[in-house]
Amino acid sequence: MHELSLAGGILKVLEQTRARDPFERVTHLRLEAGALCGVEISSLRFALQAIAPDTCLEGAHIDIDEPPGSAWCLPCGQSVAILTRLDPCPVCGGHQLQPTGGTELRVVDMQVV
Amino acid sequence: MCVVCGCSNTGTSKPDSSPEVHPTTGDLHFGAGAAKVSVPGLTQQRTIKIEEDVLGANNAVATQNRAHFSAHGVRALNLVSSPGSGKTTLLCATIHALKQHAPDVAVAVIEGDQQTSFDADRIRATGAPAIQVNTGKGCHLDAPMVAQAFAQLATHEHAHEHEHAHSHDDHHHHGHEHGHHHTHAPQSLLFIENVGNLVCPALWDLGEKAKVAILSVTEGEDKPLKYPDMFAAAQLMILNKIDLLPHLSFDVARCKDYARRVNPGITILELSATTGEGMQAWLDWLLDEPAHHHHHHAPDARQTRIAQLEAELAQLKAEQA
Repeated sequence: MHELSLAGGILKVLEQTRARDPFERVTHLRLEAGALCGVEISSLRFALQAIAPDTCLEGAHIDIDEPPGSAWCLPCGQSVAILTRLDPCPVCGGHQLQPTGGTELRVVDMQVV
Repeated sequence: MCVVCGCSNTGTSKPDSSPEVHPTTGDLHFGAGAAKVSVPGLTQQRTIKIEEDVLGANNAVATQNRAHFSAHGVRALNLVSSPGSGKTTLLCATIHALKQHAPDVAVAVIEGDQQTSFDADRIRATGAPAIQVNTGKGCHLDAPMVAQAFAQLATHEHAHEHEHAHSHDDHHHHGHEHGHHHTHAPQSLLFIENVGNLVCPALWDLGEKAKVAILSVTEGEDKPLKYPDMFAAAQLMILNKIDLLPHLSFDVARCKDYARRVNPGITILELSATTGEGMQAWLDWLLDEPAHHHHHHAPDARQTRIAQLEAELAQLKAEQA
């Protein structure tokens, strides 16, 4: 449900950018939503489509990159790949993991006309 | 062809390099497109780099809130849980206990709910000031809501009056106060009771010092695994309603293990707001958490030096005035 608020936040970022650097509309929007950022990609996409009409986002292609999750394993002393926050360390099987990557939720860039 | 996805849809825009033709003279203007310049092979479409955090606007306000709380000597805590975990009952019991154990510490509450002011009414009945924030359709509190609610609180007003009264004659006072906040128990506690929801509030920073996740033992020990984002974001987990354990098949050890799987650094307290069991440990955490303790006993050389310089600066300012 919070994806709708996030979509509103994304639109705000775009409109702030437009106030500084005028353009007509967005043709392509590229977002980054890491595997551990707490966002459901399909819901975010749906929410963006829902708010797009009558905004600069109407008709835009939206690409959402999903950087994979990574974490620092305390016992192993190394960075390991994880898919979710529940995953054990693939090396030692422990759970003393501190997520280090895949937590980002960003507007990367956009193409405009 | 579309350069991004390879589809054949070029939209309704003009072909890339077609210039604007003057209707009478036939002159060509290649810089009339959106990009104001024509580059062979590039479309008039341009790319704008943004690289901005989606929650950036919220986080900027949260940072302001944090500075504001700190300047007022307020320790703000963001209480998160599912509906029915006993947050409000815990808060009422905490306020009563604080009155006895730490009567000098002011307590205020910001209550978040979709609708009704039932919870704020319960808090006000204890004598503590409370502001109800109804989110309407919203599923979480955000930093601007908390900023506005904090401005409504009477304790905030008093703090400002106090500050203004001082700012005219002894300006150095302020800097001094800041130095002290780091080592002493907070002058006041602000509890922000978030909307009962274990999903969305995890993402929104309100400017709090810590998120406190409350899990009642009637909910089942697997909640930390079901809602990992929330338990990963919390610094403290309170296992509430432990007086009911004899009637349930709740495995406390397993629940703690699950919480530490998603957050190895989480502190866990067992508590019953009804019987008062575990309340003292919670009060201790609220008033003097270990990190502060450490600060208090072992200020490093740099901090001592900064404090000295601040004192000298205050002295000089006082002499000038």
